[in-house]
Amino acid sequence: MPSIKITLNGREVECRRGQTILDVAKAQGVRIPTLCYHPQVSRTGACRICLVRVNNTMFKTACTEPVADGMKIVTADPEITAMRRGILEFLLAEGDHNCLYCEANGGCELQALCHEHGLDTPPPAGLPRNARTRDVSSSEGLRREENRCVLCGRCVKACGEIQMNRVWDFAGRGSHAHLTTGVTDVLGESDCVQCGQCVQLCPTGALSFQTVLGRGQAWELTRQSSICIYCGVGCKIDFFTNRDGLLVKAEGALDGPNEGHLCVKGRFGFDFVQSPKRLTQPLVRKDGELVPATWDEALDRVAGAFGRIKADHGPDAVMAFTSAKCTNEENYILQKFMRAVIGTNNVDHCARL
Amino acid sequence: MTNSIREIPLSEAFLIIGSNTTENHPVIGAMIKKAVIRDGKRLVVADPRRIELARYADVFLQIRPGTNIALLNGLMHVILREGLHDAEYVNTRCEGFAELERVLQKYTPEHVAGICGLTDPEQIVTAARLLAAAKPMAVYYCMGITQFKSGVNGVKSVSNIQMLLGNIGVPGGGVNPLRGQSNVQGACDMGGLPNVFTAYQPVTNPEARQKFEQAWGVNGLPDKPGLTIVESMNAAITGQVRALYVLGENPVLSDPNQHHVIEALEKLDCLVVQDITLTETAQYADVVLPGYAFLEKEGTVSNTERRVQLMHRVVQPAGDAREDWWIIQAVANRLGANWNYAGAEAIFEEIRRVTPSYAGLTYARIDQELLQWPCPTPGHPGTQFLHKDRFARGLGQLAAIDYTPPAEEVDPEYPLALTTGRLLEHFHTGTMSRNSRILNEIVSEAYVEIHPVDAQNLEIADGEIVSVSTRRGSIRLKAKIKPEIKPGVVFIPFHFAEACANVLTIDALDPLCKIPEFKVCACKMEKVYPLGGER
Repeated sequence: MPSIKITLNGREVECRRGQTILDVAKAQGVRIPTLCYHPQVSRTGACRICLVRVNNTMFKTACTEPVADGMKIVTADPEITAMRRGILEFLLAEGDHNCLYCEANGGCELQALCHEHGLDTPPPAGLPRNARTRDVSSSEGLRREENRCVLCGRCVKACGEIQMNRVWDFAGRGSHAHLTTGVTDVLGESDCVQCGQCVQLCPTGALSFQTVLGRGQAWELTRQSSICIYCGVGCKIDFFTNRDGLLVKAEGALDGPNEGHLCVKGRFGFDFVQSPKRLTQPLVRKDGELVPATWDEALDRVAGAFGRIKADHGPDAVMAFTSAKCTNEENYILQKFMRAVIGTNNVDHCARL
Repeated sequence: MTNSIREIPLSEAFLIIGSNTTENHPVIGAMIKKAVIRDGKRLVVADPRRIELARYADVFLQIRPGTNIALLNGLMHVILREGLHDAEYVNTRCEGFAELERVLQKYTPEHVAGICGLTDPEQIVTAARLLAAAKPMAVYYCMGITQFKSGVNGVKSVSNIQMLLGNIGVPGGGVNPLRGQSNVQGACDMGGLPNVFTAYQPVTNPEARQKFEQAWGVNGLPDKPGLTIVESMNAAITGQVRALYVLGENPVLSDPNQHHVIEALEKLDCLVVQDITLTETAQYADVVLPGYAFLEKEGTVSNTERRVQLMHRVVQPAGDAREDWWIIQAVANRLGANWNYAGAEAIFEEIRRVTPSYAGLTYARIDQELLQWPCPTPGHPGTQFLHKDRFARGLGQLAAIDYTPPAEEVDPEYPLALTTGRLLEHFHTGTMSRNSRILNEIVSEAYVEIHPVDAQNLEIADGEIVSVSTRRGSIRLKAKIKPEIKPGVVFIPFHFAEACANVLTIDALDPLCKIPEFKVCACKMEKVYPLGGER
């Protein structure tokens, strides 16, 4: 791509033809506020928050407008800020944006923009309110709260461009504009596979995971990454725990092989870890029943039995199944145990099953 | 996988065979969908069920279970007949072409269509032309290729077609098995197999044994390959195997022919199960040891594209559960070892020293970089795709392979072909997914998929409880009438203990790698009449 020059906030910068104003500003470390824009999906230009002044003659949305040689761009001035404030006021007025009872609190991009733009009172009375019914539909994993929707379209694109299921779309016009799913408008009855990508990309609390409701707002969650336990794709997941250490949410990490995406298992299949069915102490069989035991008791019994069987019947009378669910280190240790300590190659796992 | 997930956009065409990708590897499935729907890449799907990807396919080949090799031979027959193969690649990089060509002669589209149950032989011609014309073409497959008594030959056939078309050793091409467990790749890499140490160093090789004897400070490592899982169950019944240590597996549900497995477990002198819940297998144990669940532990896992990644502790461990390596170390030390690993990273450092393909990996690097083995030295960038310029063994081995029928073919008594597999919402034996509330809410019970025509013949209604039987056992579950399944075939997911598909499956094994033939056996389905009710 040929290199061109533009002026960004009075400073001449070099960029490539084909980049948007937003791309160039990001590369230059200049922040332009955005709402409908998301790097994982195609450009939309719906919300107008990223308006910038171009060549002193017009306003353009930075997320969609390509740069041109000699272009002069101003990303913030009092007039631009006033326009952005106006857009935010309309958005606040048309829905029900009360952070008090919203789980997105602290992670909401609308909330952050309002704060950044100094909105400190409720929107003026008389602004149009969107004519939506409350909470049209939800499903086992996904909760939908239509009145927190800003119609940015990220969910539509997440479904259509990442999961490739095309469940979400817009319906209605003007103040009747709203989201719809499939042909029935009911999320739980659509072709939705509950991968949750739409929720992950939603900038507000319009879409949430059922797992998080009532268990912690975004600001109080702690994030730590790990690797999904299900299939062999090895999706990297950011797991969120609340203040009680309870797992409440999973999001696909961008730097994993999954490039931010997850399926329904990676998204919702984590609560078995904290299930009451977990074993919390060793068990040994006594008089036909499995009963709780100390670690020493249990380990002695294993070592005793294995030592005896090895002595009486040879090492090949001992077998171990190692696990495709365990780490490399654990697999290594178990096969080393069988080969070096027991003295047999009788070790296998479920690769074939 | 010979190639990498991020190469999916580089492929011009895909052959998906024996993989219901959008259900079982959904993230890769979505990436393939994107390449096909958005970028117009070509797609051929072969499966007994009209899986989701079949909707977007240029050609969908609805084959009988167990006929992959015939189909692949048919595709190659057409490719050779029409001169569509990459002759230069075959001549310079492969061997065994003449024998393969000879075997392929009889696999005309008409002959193959007969074996596979395809009504239109022209479909095979269209598919072959399409796959040959698009370069690079990538094959993605899963257990629908391997879980047959001809599993090894199925994999060789997949390799054959990719070598004929010059698609191995190029970005966007390759032979890409989708691994079904989070660390099945790593468990194999680490020597969790009866015939190899780490990185597939054979136990029969004296130099390898000597290397490990030195590294581990022991003498006389055993030189005889051990038993595979299914073999060990037979050995337990004969009394040859008397003690079994099961780490994080649930053979009562996951292994073929459940009655046989339970008989074996009951015969053992000592069964130890180390797991996170009291699984169906743990209920037969003499000692049950509570290990850590994945979000409680640190360690590395290796994914289907050989990428090694680091897991972090996210939550505090449950009760008095212990790290799995700690438990094994404690048992080892009671039996005379003197191990003092400080943690997972210390073990990994030892792994690096004895595992050439992992030698260049460290926790610090893995946490920062995208690294795929082989990564032999500290500065090595890892390997995105295998067999570049030359195959690991030198010349690529084309294998002349004939189709052989499954161990158990349908007959008048057992007239339906049974195939098993997984669902999008559940995983393996359900230890994890069925204990996850939302997944269990979405799908909470077992069912058998049957074609409307078969259902009509058997007078079975959708949702009705039916009995499915094979020569090994019988289960009851709901019938789900699905036009997507091939007539004459039924499908049962194997996640459900209460209607365990592996009561039915056959424990016929591939003679070489001992994989069981889960994907096809003969069964019958019957209506269930209420006790005392009217027929």
